[in-house]
Amino acid sequence: MFARPLSAPADQSSGMLFFICLDDMKNWKPSAPTLLLLPAIIVLAAVVIVPLALSLYSSFTPFRLTKPETFYVFIGFRNYLNILTDRDFWVAFGRTVLLLTVALNLEMMLGLGLAMLVEKATRGQRLLRTLMMFPMMFSPILVGFQFKFMFNDNIGLVNNALQSLGLTDQAIPWLIEGHLAFIAITVAEVWSSTSVFAILILAGLLAMPKEPIEAARVDGCTPWQTFRYVTLPFVMPFAYIAMTIRSLDVARAYDIVKIMTDGGPAGRTELLWTLVGRTAYSDARMGLANAMAYFSILLSILFTVYFFRKLAAARNQIGAEW
Amino acid sequence: MATVSLKKLEKRYGATSVVHGIDLDVADREFIALVGPSGCGKSTTLRMIAGLEEISGGEIRIGDRVVNDLPPRSRNISMVFQSYALYPHMTVKENMGFSLKIAGRPQDEIEKRVVEAARILDLGQLLERRPSQLSGGQRQRVAMGRAIVRNPDVFLFDEPLSNLDAKLRTQMRTEIKKLHAKVQSTIIYVTHDQVEAMTLSDRIVIMRDGHIEQVGTPDEVFKRPATRFVAGFIGSPPMNLVEATVDGGEVRFEEGASLPVPRQFRQAVSAGQKVVFGLRPDDIYPSGHGIHAGEAEDIHVVELPVSITEPLGNETLVFVEFTGRDWVSRMLNPKPLRSGERVDMSLDLSQAHLFDAGTGRSLRN
Repeated sequence: MFARPLSAPADQSSGMLFFICLDDMKNWKPSAPTLLLLPAIIVLAAVVIVPLALSLYSSFTPFRLTKPETFYVFIGFRNYLNILTDRDFWVAFGRTVLLLTVALNLEMMLGLGLAMLVEKATRGQRLLRTLMMFPMMFSPILVGFQFKFMFNDNIGLVNNALQSLGLTDQAIPWLIEGHLAFIAITVAEVWSSTSVFAILILAGLLAMPKEPIEAARVDGCTPWQTFRYVTLPFVMPFAYIAMTIRSLDVARAYDIVKIMTDGGPAGRTELLWTLVGRTAYSDARMGLANAMAYFSILLSILFTVYFFRKLAAARNQIGAEW
Repeated sequence: MATVSLKKLEKRYGATSVVHGIDLDVADREFIALVGPSGCGKSTTLRMIAGLEEISGGEIRIGDRVVNDLPPRSRNISMVFQSYALYPHMTVKENMGFSLKIAGRPQDEIEKRVVEAARILDLGQLLERRPSQLSGGQRQRVAMGRAIVRNPDVFLFDEPLSNLDAKLRTQMRTEIKKLHAKVQSTIIYVTHDQVEAMTLSDRIVIMRDGHIEQVGTPDEVFKRPATRFVAGFIGSPPMNLVEATVDGGEVRFEEGASLPVPRQFRQAVSAGQKVVFGLRPDDIYPSGHGIHAGEAEDIHVVELPVSITEPLGNETLVFVEFTGRDWVSRMLNPKPLRSGERVDMSLDLSQAHLFDAGTGRSLRN
């Protein structure tokens, strides 16, 4: 190839171009900011941009881990069309939204109650605050194992307690019956994360000026009315912050479900991300799984946008200066 | 409209007692001010009347009801707080109408009363704003508006002007006075600012360490302070108060100087008695430059060295050295004085006060 004369007509133009480029490269002096940012750009590109681009691309291919050559077959939006017409996918999607709604509301109510109780404590409040954080200190995997044990139909604590109290003499199949399994998962999820709400709402309560509450008492409010019209509007922005954080968490819920039911029985507790994981690794259909993942991210974005809107409105309403 | 009466009212926090059994009767439509230095128990007393603090002993009556165990909402009172305490998430209109809404009044009545209160307080253009969009003075007016729409038996003000700057405070003071003239209700007003107390109230209650030192009209507490504390607390600049001993017909100060015992006290003192001699800056002045010049009856003239002067335009505060310390005097129609210059000072002894050095009580009969 090097032996080929450069003057050969076919190659002449490309050779010229090559030299021009080389010439340009020699004169190319990147500005200082570009040069300084280059390492960061390269690292980012290597760990974020390239994998992201590859996964996005692969969602347009029938890529299977077992058949590497399928990575180069472009099939357009076929994966997406398959998902949108796949009943299993929509059921998992709907179940995830349901879990989000139920878990977030329960966590919000319980967290609010917990925060109000702790705020009332005059002694040992620090200790209570620390205790309240305990569930957050455990890995979700361990929480999953723990609740899997507690809800076990034979040896589990829950059935044992129910039977000892004489409430039932049956072994309730908590993790085997679809609806019960969903309830069990919700309980585990709520147990592990209520403290996110409790801590943030408690922060709000502690930051709240006391005079408006006293003013409300003088203005004729009962304790309930004081809570409803004065305290609650004030702590809502804090609850929305917790909602935003938690909605992202729940929308990508995977670990607790994986351990407790693994999406079973027969797919009755399948959530979006357990489905994505199964499609990607058990079925090895990476292209399809990536398409699901990109679609699922939409859900997270929607929830985040929704709660940020609510947060902005609530902040504006209480005239917050942050 | 109602009377308020406190009988042996006490407040203790654990072993610490902060209000020691005070008695006070507030007449219907009276404007009464509670004054005193920080920590004297005035705010605690007000909060007990409001029902925001439980009382540890004694009795509170509003009108003919004993309200000891009633929650604030059942006492028919309104309170204006130092920090305004507006509801941040409600507009001015909602803030003012909130108590009526809670009471379940019809919407058109709420509207009418809010608009009326807004008219009195000149808040008409601000009704749709939120508290965060208002200035300090406007917020204070909204807080007052919220209090007046309810038409309560008693208004309670807890240092309502102390978060405002000096100019605004003077302006709002006038507005509160006008407001009282318009709404004609019983007002209990807590302040640490004696000027507010003097200018606004019908009677002043001066408190110290959980006790009432004196109750009286502004004129009484100024002219006839019952104790040394009241004498020092009311009046600006404060009264000159110097310890002395009665010796024959003279009040002898430690540094050797002496003054005749003022006529009004001659019967009240005995030889060797330790006293505190008090004279207001108004009653000591360079001869010919005083308030009472011409009408005063018991003038004693002493030549004293000027230590410093503080010109205020229409008057000058002159500090003169006497009895080993500086006495403040007020010079009207000021003339220039230099430090160190010796001037004839007129002391109007008919306005002087004597207090017992031990108990601090006035020796006036």
